Amino acid sequence: MSNESITKTFSVATCLCVVCAIIVSLSDVSLKGMQQQNKALDKQINILRAAGLVDPGAKVSAQEAEKLFANAQIAVVDLQSGTIVDDVDPADVEKDKDNFVTLSKEDDVAQIKTAPKRVVAYLFKDQTGALQTAVLPIVGTGLWSTLHGFLALNGDLTTVAHIVFYDHGETPGLGGEISNPVWTAKWEGKTAVNEQGEPVIRVVKGAATSDSEIDGISGATLTGAGVTRTVTFWLGDNGFGPFLNNQRGDSVPSKGDATPDSNDVEN
Amino acid sequence: MALSEQGKKNFLEPLFKNNPVFVQILGVCSALAVTTSMKTALTMALAVTFVTAFSNIGVSVIRKIIPGSIRMIVEMTIIATLVILVDQLIKAFSYDLSKQLSVYVGLIITNCIVMGRAEAFALKNGPTDSLLDGIGNGLGYGAVLLTVAFFRELFGFGKIFGFVVLPTVQNGGWYVPNGLMVTAPAAFFLIGTIIWIIKTYNKQMQDAE
Repeated sequence: MSNESITKTFSVATCLCVVCAIIVSLSDVSLKGMQQQNKALDKQINILRAAGLVDPGAKVSAQEAEKLFANAQIAVVDLQSGTIVDDVDPADVEKDKDNFVTLSKEDDVAQIKTAPKRVVAYLFKDQTGALQTAVLPIVGTGLWSTLHGFLALNGDLTTVAHIVFYDHGETPGLGGEISNPVWTAKWEGKTAVNEQGEPVIRVVKGAATSDSEIDGISGATLTGAGVTRTVTFWLGDNGFGPFLNNQRGDSVPSKGDATPDSNDVEN
Repeated sequence: MALSEQGKKNFLEPLFKNNPVFVQILGVCSALAVTTSMKTALTMALAVTFVTAFSNIGVSVIRKIIPGSIRMIVEMTIIATLVILVDQLIKAFSYDLSKQLSVYVGLIITNCIVMGRAEAFALKNGPTDSLLDGIGNGLGYGAVLLTVAFFRELFGFGKIFGFVVLPTVQNGGWYVPNGLMVTAPAAFFLIGTIIWIIKTYNKQMQDAE
């Protein structure tokens, strides 16, 4: 039978497809578990970095991450009411397709078009159950790309503990410097919101002059503006604003926790 | 396995004399994208070497039964399978790298070197020669990637393989990084310069007048 006959062509094509399909499926099935673990661990590490529990660049095993997460309350926050929803599994929030509302032009400070109704935040407590850091997921538009990160506030929910950007497509060396730990360290201890709970923190061009300003990155003014918009949105009324105001009212978010200890250091 | 003269030639020629990037001007597209750091360049080089080596073997083994009419689709299927395999492995075992390389691993499928070698060499030669040819071409490509990445990482970030060589201003040092180096055009300039240098010293490669 010649190579060029129709039967031969079909049989070669079919056999090849079957063999290749088997190889691809096997690799997918056998490696999927590891890939998902990697992905989950990567996210956990970024949250821990934002909480200041892991040094930037440090390697952390899954067990260590698990241990550090023991003190964290994984809270589903309803952004509009600013309350913690207890009866929703955090894992379901990210899968819920109805979780999004379209933002009006004026509200869409971070240029993300839709905002989630419920968001998973991570509240790290000390031994007494008092809030140490609140790690809030933030997302917004930079110059070229969508910035994904975590903003961590100190227990007073007014000053910044850390900020981490774990996924973005800004120019390496310029806007990409927003994920440089040397730059993000400049956020530590800065005032994020004023006494009325309005977001005041911003990235300025050049050097910072007040404790709510962050030094700009030279050559990355527009990315810096994107960071400012992102942070402003998430600390504002359509972001975590109501939640933060509520939490500041009763400093110890004890819902879903064991009875808080009597020596409440926050008040 | 002692290498025959021909085998040695198949392996060594693409490393320099018949380098796929410099001489055949193939695979330039990905050479622009993944050469901002040595580490991604190395991973990419290994991934491409793996794919060219095994796609060459695969095509070579079944070369006598491939119908001419679907020749290229058969080659493409083999290449695509291998690329998916590599992508999956990197995602499973080196998640950080997979994030940096992002879509470029998948784009190995479109790397002209892989298809070019399958079409130009593996279809006409036995598996052993094809394997050597594949590894040679993969490494030849890798050598270019690493050379380009060396300059881009050094001058763009002041680092080599992630180790600080020139402390940059952003990190409190003295070196002001070259912004051009971190963008894709820099790779064009570097590759162009290297081709120029090679062609100046190697008269054989100059286009026949």
